Amino acid sequence: MMNTEVITVMKARTFGRHIRESLKSLRRNSWMTFASVSAVTVTLLLVGVFIVIMMNLNQLADSIENDVEIKVVADPAADEAAVKELQKKVSATAGVLEVVYASRDEELDKMIQSFGDELSLYKQSNPLGDALYVKAQDPQQTAAIANKINTYDYTYEVVYGEDKVEKLFKVLNASRNVGLVLILALLFTAMFLISNTIRITIVARRKEIEIMKLVGATNNFVRVPFLLEGIWLGILGAAIPMLLISISYYNLYEYWEPKLKGELFQLLNTTPFILQLNGLILFMGIFIGVWGSFMSVRKFLKV
Amino acid sequence: MIVMKNVYKKYPNGVVAANGINIEINRGEFVYVVGPSGAGKSTFIKMMYREETSTSGDIIINGINLATLRNKRVPYLRRQIGVVFQDFKLLPKLNVYENVAFALEVIEESPSQIRKKVNDVLALVGLTQKARMFPTELSGGEQQRVSIARSIVNVPKVVIADEPTGNLDPETSWEIMRIFEQINARGTTIVMATHNREIVNTMRHRVIVVEGGLITRDEYGGDYGYEG
Repeated sequence: MMNTEVITVMKARTFGRHIRESLKSLRRNSWMTFASVSAVTVTLLLVGVFIVIMMNLNQLADSIENDVEIKVVADPAADEAAVKELQKKVSATAGVLEVVYASRDEELDKMIQSFGDELSLYKQSNPLGDALYVKAQDPQQTAAIANKINTYDYTYEVVYGEDKVEKLFKVLNASRNVGLVLILALLFTAMFLISNTIRITIVARRKEIEIMKLVGATNNFVRVPFLLEGIWLGILGAAIPMLLISISYYNLYEYWEPKLKGELFQLLNTTPFILQLNGLILFMGIFIGVWGSFMSVRKFLKV
Repeated sequence: MIVMKNVYKKYPNGVVAANGINIEINRGEFVYVVGPSGAGKSTFIKMMYREETSTSGDIIINGINLATLRNKRVPYLRRQIGVVFQDFKLLPKLNVYENVAFALEVIEESPSQIRKKVNDVLALVGLTQKARMFPTELSGGEQQRVSIARSIVNVPKVVIADEPTGNLDPETSWEIMRIFEQINARGTTIVMATHNREIVNTMRHRVIVVEGGLITRDEYGGDYGYEG
């Protein structure tokens, strides 16, 4: 009678057997194993490098975005007291982090430095206004704050680098999309190879599978070794990229970090980043493996 | 034990292999299934362990209705049925002991139980001395004994044999038949498809003749009875 519900929790002994079986077929099909592991390795290596680049570019975009400041030029006709009052008002504006004052003479000196001595003529009668450099607490608020300041008395002009940031984001997005397409294509190739490897294993073992089913092995019992085999292929394929990228990035960071001190562009810190990256690569390896073998198991293993 | 009611089976290519089969086989019976090739004998046998499903009608094995049995439950049905084939279906890379133990390993029997049961059943079929040999080192009769041992190691209530002596010489066939009689004597139901007239006429048991997808004769202690 089959009225007793059979508990399908896998026993540790059974799981041990599945692991042994899956490792056995990795050895048996060593060439296919090698091919699929290489495919996963190349894929994940490229994915890893891509992620390193994208994450650091994102970091750069962030710091540029954070560096955006609003330049408020006071009306050249305004006297010192009026500018002081404007500065107070700007400081009091919601969302403003800090305000730095630069006198009209300092502004002119800056321009002379950038554009040349011809401008020193203007030292006789400086046409510029005093300037206030405003930083927002949240860079996203820059535009709103700029608009607000524009309505204040004695404000002559408000300038901020919106174009610069937008352009950078456009470039970033475009390269991200191209990269994603490439990566997806590679992922599919790797999955296809894994699924092929598993198919060969299944075909090589069809007699064994037939007997297993005949004597009453459950479907999961038949399936699990093949899924495990896929997982091993994914993990083996992830190992080299994890190692290589970790070491390379660590060295890159050690070498460049001191030289980039005080620059706008900073490399991401190694400690959380390398760990997260390794986790992601490993996860992708396992995912490719499971999915690749799942496709074959579903198609070729009629259980 | 085994009941078939109005079982009808039509293959996708249009062949009707069972055209309203009704049969009842009781616990402990020994039944020969005979009939010409392509008459539906194999389908009749295969439907019992659900290698094939019926198009309509009920097949009840041990109280389980195969018509309503969910695919997920099929493994648990198979554990109550031993199957023996003409071509033995042994795994060449495993030795005799391992081939038999395999059937218990895949249903997650404990190692101590496996050891005990395999040794017992190898003694029953007379292969204790050859437990470490591989199938290729054995004669056909010995290989079939391994396959029988595997089919009964889990103590099934029914053993289904599809021409188990088809590949064996007459003398070996008798040996194999004696083992089946022994198994039957312990209370196991045996359903055996065969073409061996001599065996059917000598070891008298119930004979079911399948022809054209129908049971044309069903006789206790009957003989082979048809020319083919």
